[in-house]
Amino acid sequence: MGADFALDVTAAGDTTVATLHDIAAAGIRRTVRAKLPRPGDPDFRQAVHRLADQALQAALGTPGIAATRILFVKDGKVYQIDQDGAEQKLVSSTDRQAMSPAWGADGQHFAYMEFQAGKGWLYLQEMATGKRTAVSTTGTALDFTPAFSPDGQTLAFSRATEEGTDLYTINIKNNCCLRRLTVGRFSDNLSPTFSPDGQRMAFVSTRPGLPQIYVMAADGTDQQLFAPFDYGVTGASNAPEWSPDGQSVAFHRDVAGTLQVFVLDVRTRTVRQLTSVGRNEDPTWAPDSRHLAFVSDRSGYRQLWIIDLDTGRIRPLLQQSGARLPAWSPRLSEAPSSTP
Amino acid sequence: MKSVSLLLALGLGAAVIAGASCGGNPPPQTPVPNADSAAAAERARQDSAAAAQAERDRQARAEADRIARQREADSIAALARGSEEVRNTLAAMIHFDLDKSNVRSDDMGMLDQKVAILQANPNLRIRIGGHCDERGSDEYNLALGNRRAQSAKQYLVSHGIDASRIETQSWGEERPLVNGHDESAWSQNRRDEFEVTSGGDNLRRP
Repeated sequence: MGADFALDVTAAGDTTVATLHDIAAAGIRRTVRAKLPRPGDPDFRQAVHRLADQALQAALGTPGIAATRILFVKDGKVYQIDQDGAEQKLVSSTDRQAMSPAWGADGQHFAYMEFQAGKGWLYLQEMATGKRTAVSTTGTALDFTPAFSPDGQTLAFSRATEEGTDLYTINIKNNCCLRRLTVGRFSDNLSPTFSPDGQRMAFVSTRPGLPQIYVMAADGTDQQLFAPFDYGVTGASNAPEWSPDGQSVAFHRDVAGTLQVFVLDVRTRTVRQLTSVGRNEDPTWAPDSRHLAFVSDRSGYRQLWIIDLDTGRIRPLLQQSGARLPAWSPRLSEAPSSTP
Repeated sequence: MKSVSLLLALGLGAAVIAGASCGGNPPPQTPVPNADSAAAAERARQDSAAAAQAERDRQARAEADRIARQREADSIAALARGSEEVRNTLAAMIHFDLDKSNVRSDDMGMLDQKVAILQANPNLRIRIGGHCDERGSDEYNLALGNRRAQSAKQYLVSHGIDASRIETQSWGEERPLVNGHDESAWSQNRRDEFEVTSGGDNLRRP
């Protein structure tokens, strides 16, 4: 058969039993039980996805990414879509232009920016209810590129003022304690992304002349170059996102007048280029730190694609022109109960 | 009514004279107009003249009014045209080089005109919106658009305009003026737009 595993799914009363057979070892590796909602129930697809993630975890040791969603921007609005391309849904307001969706680490909240009365407003939104609230300190300037800290207490963002663009944090649990992390009178600092332990933040700074990828402690100290570049040779680098396993930072870089996706190895501080066909930008990590979604015009128009870093395989997520600024969710909701 | 009664009076007089001349051979008489009717005719004539004069006066006044109103309308229109011209000068966009935010020397004259307009209209307040082309990174372009708006504001402020009269905003690449994917579209999209936020009615020329 050439396969390593086989999955056998049966119904036992109201419980679905997925049995994973290890073919090489000629035995049952694991049995996963789940109470699935009726087909047609709004949670049915996600429940099946969670079951699939469990089966994959049983086989490979790490869970899959079936029960995840991707937020993205299209025609100035934020949409969510399941990672398999199903269930597309508008989530931002219908009357204003929005940008830069970002997930909370719990998968229950997300943030984004909306243009409003000449300013950029940051909004926090509950995934389940759609209830949204403006961040308390927003509305006085152009605030953009929100990023949640892993503990969900802090929102980091960029604020553009007369002095340029700088990074700030605010405590979103207590709506207090606005802090400025960068002071770049002659440079812009933007696009923050937390390390998964919450200790550090990667960001974009124009202090070397062109935008490049920098890193600092989460309190703003110890700012330094993160992704190496050759002065006067390497193009602008933007849109960093720290991988959920903490080992990599994906970003895009200008190469010969177009953009390509790169990955920085955090430990060795070396970069490698992942794409070369067409324009490729705004990478976002799947929770397995193995897949990246990104925007590419390789098919003639800009749409969302997914790359598997292990195999190098690239597939389209959407067949829709104009989708951009994707943000991949963590694994959503509780996994179903299982027996070893 | 007066002119009708005058005609009747004259007609009756003529009939009396004719009847008298036909009967026999009386001595020729010089017809003497009835004194009352002559006076009435004279009064009527005068009344009629006065009425005509009043009518002429009325028409003259109406004409004068019409001319005055026209002149006023013309001057308001001229003012509006002037105001429109000032508004257009104020709204004229400036443009930027790729990934740059410095004001180009060929745009400084346009900013000088805006300085003069802002000085001539002290209640005028404006908003400068910075825009980018589609080639840069989407989020970086918000920072770049901000710099473009700020550099135009700095120019106006350094030429004497109070900073509190100028708001800025950045749209990044989110609102292209021209939908195209070539240098012609890109160069038009790398721009600052200027809009009036208040005090923009009846703008005075500098």
